[in-house]
Amino acid sequence: MKRIGSGCVLLLAIVLGSGCREEMRNDSRLKPLQEDAFFADRNSSRPLVPNTVPRGHANNDDFFYQGEINGKLVRGFPSPVTRQELERGRDRFNIYCSVCHGPTGEGDGMIVQRGFPQPPSLHDQRLRDAPEGHLFHVITRGYGVMYPYADRVTPQDRWAIIAYIRVLQLARNSTINDVPPDQKARLTGP
Amino acid sequence: MPQLFSPGANTLFRTVLIGTPFLLIGTVFALYRIAYSPYATQVGVPVDQPVPFSHQHHVAGLGIDCRYCHTSVETSAFAGMPATATCMTCHSQIWTQAPILASVRESLSLNQPIRWTRVHQLADYVYFDHSIHVRKGIGCVSCHGQIDQMPITWKANTLQMGWCLECHKHPDRALRPPSEVFNLNWKPAGDQTLQGRTLAKQAGIKSIQEITDCTTCHR
Repeated sequence: MKRIGSGCVLLLAIVLGSGCREEMRNDSRLKPLQEDAFFADRNSSRPLVPNTVPRGHANNDDFFYQGEINGKLVRGFPSPVTRQELERGRDRFNIYCSVCHGPTGEGDGMIVQRGFPQPPSLHDQRLRDAPEGHLFHVITRGYGVMYPYADRVTPQDRWAIIAYIRVLQLARNSTINDVPPDQKARLTGP
Repeated sequence: MPQLFSPGANTLFRTVLIGTPFLLIGTVFALYRIAYSPYATQVGVPVDQPVPFSHQHHVAGLGIDCRYCHTSVETSAFAGMPATATCMTCHSQIWTQAPILASVRESLSLNQPIRWTRVHQLADYVYFDHSIHVRKGIGCVSCHGQIDQMPITWKANTLQMGWCLECHKHPDRALRPPSEVFNLNWKPAGDQTLQGRTLAKQAGIKSIQEITDCTTCHR
């Protein structure tokens, strides 16, 4: 009797204990950026093999992807700018650029207030006259102490940001007479 | 025949009789409490990191958007961890000699990623995608809590299945307008449930039956 009893307890312990294995919780699937001993650098997120072109990434449109054609900086935009794109540009500008350049492009962003070297105002004549391709280059490759943003902002978004910079520049030098009559009421307020 | 039971046997018997159910219930209760305690769920427990990164300072103090560092949160399952270059975008010029940033500078010079400790660890049999939640109007705060108030990051919610389901059963309680998803201090202006229903329709949230289906999260 006693033997059967202790046998039952042991069996129960084995059954319950076997349920505690974590094999499914931690299976062989690797999470993004998870460390793994399989690769020499222990990084499971692998860089692309040199010279591979992922499907849909044949970046052969020099205007769109380089901002220059035959070494000459482009002027204008790869496609007509829509209101939707401008709004996207405002959104992205406020996320990635305004921290230093300030919400209006003045160069008075929070990080500058905390000691980062002040960037030139986007309203400088030099930058108002600069071809769009120059702005594209700066975002893509960085400029002076500004780091490149190619890994954070897609080419599509870079063009949207440039379009929004043009909006900021235009707005800075506009007078009330540039505002369409039907929009004036919104500015002067009730 | 000698007495089999001592005079105290009755008391002992009663104690055991009454005590056993209490002990059983107590054990179950204790296990339950342990399973939901910070000890098991790690909720509210700050996680040690190689660099004592403060969301409080960077988000609430400086006003940097979540997406400045977590760049893929709108487009991919993984929100994205910033490359060391992202840290150095500012810290190549600010706090350049700070001892607490020594490992960031080392990471850049050796071209070795920083080994952050994962704070939110889902089981491997759970499929989770940040982008769909963000796109449909679930704010960062809904899962991550007031991360802008955390000097060192901790888990704000259990991320247990019951907790996930609570929201999948009542998405209208959490939905917000698309423009406020990354706003950590947004509060609903009116009645959240009423507003939530409209937002659910606008965002095209599938039926409760569909989003509580097993295969939604276990694929």
